[in-house]
Amino acid sequence: MTQKTMHTSDFRPLDVQAIREDFPIFAETPPLAFLDSAASTQTPRPVVEAMDAYYDTYRSNIHRGIYRISEEATDQYEKARQKVARLINAPRTSEVIFTRNTTESINLVAYSWGSLHIQQGDEIVLTDLEHHSNLVPWQMLAQRTGASLRYLEITDRGLLDFTQLQDVLTEKTKLVAITHVSNVLGTINPIQSVIDAAHAAGAKVIVDAAQSVPHFHVDVQQLDCDFLAFSGHKMCGPTGVGVLYGKMELLDDMPPFLGGGSMIRSVERDISTYADVPAKFEAGTPSIAEAIGLGAAVDYITQAGLASIHVHEQELTKYAHERLQEIESITMYGPAPHQKAGVISFDIEGIHPHDVAGILDTHNVAIRAGHHCAQPLMKKLDVIATARASFYLYNTIEDVDRLCEGLQKAQTLMIRRNK
Amino acid sequence: MNIYQEELLDHYENPSNYGTLPNPDISHEEDNPLCGDRIRMDLLIEDDIIKEVRFCGHGCTISLAAASMLTEKIKGKTLTEVKNITREDIMDMVGIPLGPVRVKCALLALKVLKAGAYGIKGWPGEEEQ
Repeated sequence: MTQKTMHTSDFRPLDVQAIREDFPIFAETPPLAFLDSAASTQTPRPVVEAMDAYYDTYRSNIHRGIYRISEEATDQYEKARQKVARLINAPRTSEVIFTRNTTESINLVAYSWGSLHIQQGDEIVLTDLEHHSNLVPWQMLAQRTGASLRYLEITDRGLLDFTQLQDVLTEKTKLVAITHVSNVLGTINPIQSVIDAAHAAGAKVIVDAAQSVPHFHVDVQQLDCDFLAFSGHKMCGPTGVGVLYGKMELLDDMPPFLGGGSMIRSVERDISTYADVPAKFEAGTPSIAEAIGLGAAVDYITQAGLASIHVHEQELTKYAHERLQEIESITMYGPAPHQKAGVISFDIEGIHPHDVAGILDTHNVAIRAGHHCAQPLMKKLDVIATARASFYLYNTIEDVDRLCEGLQKAQTLMIRRNK
Repeated sequence: MNIYQEELLDHYENPSNYGTLPNPDISHEEDNPLCGDRIRMDLLIEDDIIKEVRFCGHGCTISLAAASMLTEKIKGKTLTEVKNITREDIMDMVGIPLGPVRVKCALLALKVLKAGAYGIKGWPGEEEQ
């Protein structure tokens, strides 16, 4: 309930113009219409400044130096961990592990937790909507152990088919790996129901939150998920830092993922004992500047307000749906605007998505075209590739208008000729 | 708008040598894993000379136009001459500057040709020596 109260109280409309001034990349005229934040976001000044401050004034390694700037670096690195823990409402700060990105977070679980808990005959449940990062690590685990994969499928509208859930979840199910928001269709999955059903079946749940944590409030205690993974670079943070949240009771039992410095308590010639969580999972010198930058990014998006960001993106998505529908021969994939995040995958008959993106690029509009690291989903949709526009807090109605103008120009160029 | 200049669009719209051959001496098909574009090349060889060539597949303007241009270029050439076609030759042929991702679109047809005719794997210009 406290969380709900916070949602409403932190809502105020975004001051998008003020936000845009924090992003030097939008300073040119006409500005870049950047519609590919689902791949990676832009970086605001405060994030770069936080990393610059580290490099310029207290650059040093963490957790070992007996001197002032090393203590400062350690302090800032650990403060970033606290900020991330607060963002997702983790019960303990030590349940937040810094990794390189979502992919590494998921691989950590697949290797470490997987080696302990997955055996021949076990089943891992995925969905049709998974990004390769939440699919390939489980294929590899299944191949190592003799476990098998099962899929919860989607309906024609791109929503999970819950009528299958009870069939897919069996006493063999040990893990459910599910994305919170589809990076292709934007579908916001009702993961609370999946988590509850999985737990009732005795399975653990890992949530790929790469497309949700940056865009709306995610509360790991409310969800009661066992693991949750996301990336810094999709939430205004730098590349090279990601997060794994896990329940302490699980993390505590798990063997290390990578061995090396920092993750040990003591090392002898033949055997070592390991440090406590989270250090046990952070072997070697981590991405210190990037973790500090991620901390600044958490400050940035929470100051803007996650509820405000979500509402802003929904408005853009609704507007974009209306405008895009005016375009001849367009197919939009996925659910209706109110059931999804700020991601629109589409296809224009007669124009290859690469050409759509190429022509838009000549109008300084950046979108993604391709299979979006979700080849099984592309196959399901029976398309080779799609074009995809995605929104974040700095996007405007004008960006959407320029997308539509660019698409109309692409049509004039290509379709006219086909006739 | 130089990326979509007229010549490319003409090839895309009315590709040369589009289709398949009934009894090809060489037939090979590959896709570009980056985007899923797929091209097949059929060749009829007589006395080491490419007598006939067809291509088919699906892809963007650049990959299909480059394939069309390549078929025009190789018809009547010897296999040795064709083997020596380089990445740079394709770039000259396409005639517009391309970023690293779109370069692969332009090179797909040559990659398919070289894999089918000579068993050369990898992207032209990046082959293992």
